[in-house]
Amino acid sequence: MADATLLDIREVTRAFPGVIANDHVSFSVGTGEIHALLGENGAGKSTLVKMIYGVMKPDSGSMALNGAPYAPNKPSDARARGIGMVFQHFTLFEGLSVADNVALGMEGRGTGRALAKDIVTLAASYGFTVDPDRMVGTLSVGERQRIEIIRVLLQKPRLIIMDEPTSVLTPQEVDVLFRTLRRVKSEGVSILYISHKLEEIRSLCDTATILRAGKVVANCDPRQETAKSLAEMMIGGLLKPPARAKTTPGPVRLRLNGLTLASDHQFGVDLQDLSLDVRAGEIVGIAGVAGNGQIELMEALIGERLAAADQIAHDGKPAGQLGPQQRRRLGMSFVPEERLGHAAVPALSLTENTLLSGIERKGLARNGMLNLGAAAAFAGTIVEQFAVKTAGVERMASSLSGGNLQKFVVGREVLQNPSVLVVSQPTWGVDAGAAAAIHQSLIDLAAAGSAVLVISQDLDELLAISTRIAVIANGRLSMTRRAEEITVEEIGRDMGGSTGGAAMASAKEPTHVQA
Amino acid sequence: MFRLEPRKELSRTMFYLTPVLALLLTIIAGAIMFAALGKPPAEAIYTIFIGPLTSFRGFAELLVKATPLILIAVGLALGFRANVWNIGAEGQYTIGALSGGAVGLAAYPGGGYWLFPLMCIVGIVGGAAWAAIPAFLKTRFNANEILVSLMLTYVAVLLLSILVDGPLRDPEGLNFPESRLFQNAARVPTLIPHTRAHIGFIAAIVAAILAQIALARHVLGYQIRVLGAAPAAARFAGFSETRIIWMCLLISGGLAGLAGLFEAAGPVGQIVPQLPNNYGFTAIIVAFLGRLNPLGIIASGLLMALTYNGGDAAQITFGLPSAVKSVFQGMLLFFLLAVDVLVTYRVRRVPSAAAAKGS
Repeated sequence: MADATLLDIREVTRAFPGVIANDHVSFSVGTGEIHALLGENGAGKSTLVKMIYGVMKPDSGSMALNGAPYAPNKPSDARARGIGMVFQHFTLFEGLSVADNVALGMEGRGTGRALAKDIVTLAASYGFTVDPDRMVGTLSVGERQRIEIIRVLLQKPRLIIMDEPTSVLTPQEVDVLFRTLRRVKSEGVSILYISHKLEEIRSLCDTATILRAGKVVANCDPRQETAKSLAEMMIGGLLKPPARAKTTPGPVRLRLNGLTLASDHQFGVDLQDLSLDVRAGEIVGIAGVAGNGQIELMEALIGERLAAADQIAHDGKPAGQLGPQQRRRLGMSFVPEERLGHAAVPALSLTENTLLSGIERKGLARNGMLNLGAAAAFAGTIVEQFAVKTAGVERMASSLSGGNLQKFVVGREVLQNPSVLVVSQPTWGVDAGAAAAIHQSLIDLAAAGSAVLVISQDLDELLAISTRIAVIANGRLSMTRRAEEITVEEIGRDMGGSTGGAAMASAKEPTHVQA
Repeated sequence: MFRLEPRKELSRTMFYLTPVLALLLTIIAGAIMFAALGKPPAEAIYTIFIGPLTSFRGFAELLVKATPLILIAVGLALGFRANVWNIGAEGQYTIGALSGGAVGLAAYPGGGYWLFPLMCIVGIVGGAAWAAIPAFLKTRFNANEILVSLMLTYVAVLLLSILVDGPLRDPEGLNFPESRLFQNAARVPTLIPHTRAHIGFIAAIVAAILAQIALARHVLGYQIRVLGAAPAAARFAGFSETRIIWMCLLISGGLAGLAGLFEAAGPVGQIVPQLPNNYGFTAIIVAFLGRLNPLGIIASGLLMALTYNGGDAAQITFGLPSAVKSVFQGMLLFFLLAVDVLVTYRVRRVPSAAAAKGS
């Protein structure tokens, strides 16, 4: 535990037009302490961290580091004072070697062979092996994260900020990370750990500060709390698990039959011989660490890239050679993981965004002319049935928060009564309330006889809603297993297939919209 | 130090007010420039912006100049909205004039009521065919349409020089590199009697209105907007990017070709090497000044025509260099872009870094 305060945040406030992101936030991080910053998306964690790291300045309030006033103007000020940060989205160049990437982050304080040696020595002292000459593009996500951590550690920080570090790791990689972090802590370095994964925080952190709607709502010792009590503090209400109806699976509606497709992304993953049946009434989950072929699988399922005709079948008919519009005509619907720019056009109104996938099935055009009245009515129905918070259907999609836009996109697809719905990352960056609503809508859709395929990196989500779960690793798909028979460890083992030379696609990582 | 920060919510009013502000700033800067040159600023500005509107003939001349600018800019705007950058309208304009004009000359000295409509169709087809080259290269080989269409402009202009020096040369023209004057059946019907204003202006207005309806209400217009705003969403929806690129280039090429034909068969009256006079490039400014909105382009086309005619008048009245037109057009675009930056971003003062060094 902390014996001395390292970072002290006093009454920090930062407002944006229309929202107070941080409202008189106060807390302190002790020396050698792992301090969790917990909160839903939009609670103000990112803003707070940006102020600590010098990306943004508070409107009022003060910070102190080791007792001295601390007001960084830019991240290099923060680094000069001994604060390092590991970002959720890695800041590495895939086309450069490990040593070059580290040198870039060192701001000239170390280059060449000496640096390469420092990297190897430091890595060895934490029990990993790192090859400084490897191209980052050839490393797995877990390995890349270690490079980020080494880059921070080489600067001998007093405080490391880690933003959602485990969202891209397998359970086994998480264990390795936690061992490293405990080592770092034992050397007297403090860690500010941002996450919404409650079990992790309970196992790793010494103290937790919980933010809700920009305010500190609790300071607690997470080891004394349950995941449920932490979640309830975070959302400020009671948590209701999704209600699952018992359904007997019907006929196969979606079949992958040896789906094989080469990736066209530079560091993408080729899909190799994927086979899977999704039956009416089922929700099948595909677990996996980002960059193991999920992007490519989604492209193949939507029809943005075509596969051999019989490798994808809908209700027994080949669909692999059909484009997205033809697949929709068959009754398929899709929710890609990136809301803004893929599932919805930011600069168009909600009304116009219904046309993207609903133009034919909802009869929103006649003889080539748009029927905007019908589109507005459909948008209104979505907003009403999925409780989308918006000032009106004529508002631009970009004006909605991440969670509300996701509810809108899921609603748009679910309300077209698809026979097959494929959803990628349905609740990424979505607050707990919206996530529950989205889960319920998927369960209801399956109960009504649709086949639902969910691709997600969130294991808890898959375990909560899926009937069966398969794991995608390195472009291959494992056998599915019944959700109640599978353990997290087993899934983790299957996910681990991607370590070593697996190519990752972090350049194509989705941008997560913070509500 | 100052920093530009993107504004959260863009003001629609400001978006459409921007061109007006740009015009006002251009007038102010123009007045300062005239004063510096020792010319009476108020009178010079009056000559440029009001003078051309004070006579009936001046008004008709405004329509003459605005016709090709609006026609071309409307087509370009459709492409620009879809991120299809046809920069070679000047070439498509030239080919339109050549191909449609050649039909008229082939019928010389005959031709009935059918001749002029036929010339228009051939002009449109010629312009569209010229734009089909970048469309094919773009969709087949992913060749950059900006470069291809721009380079084809020079090819078109040289082709014009060859043809007026050869097959299209006036046999009775003393070897001047010019075609015959078009016979009456091959000329654009006039809109206002005893002026040069012709029915091309009606065509330009109709094209703008149709384009506006297509953008707001037609599936193709919707696809154009989606492709321009979010290409990944267009793929998600299943829109064919290839088809949209082809449509945008064919439409903009066809409209530019029609504009060229109108110009040759109208105010110029024959095919001459001087036909390409930068309407195809000026129309790019017109398209952006009109906010890539077809109805806005009617207004910006008329305004740009005004600077052409008023600039000519000012040049003569005050003995100014001929560059005065280009200066005004350049200032308009400059101020438009500058005001645009301030509408999209706000300027924030950032205190200097020295203040926060400490510890």
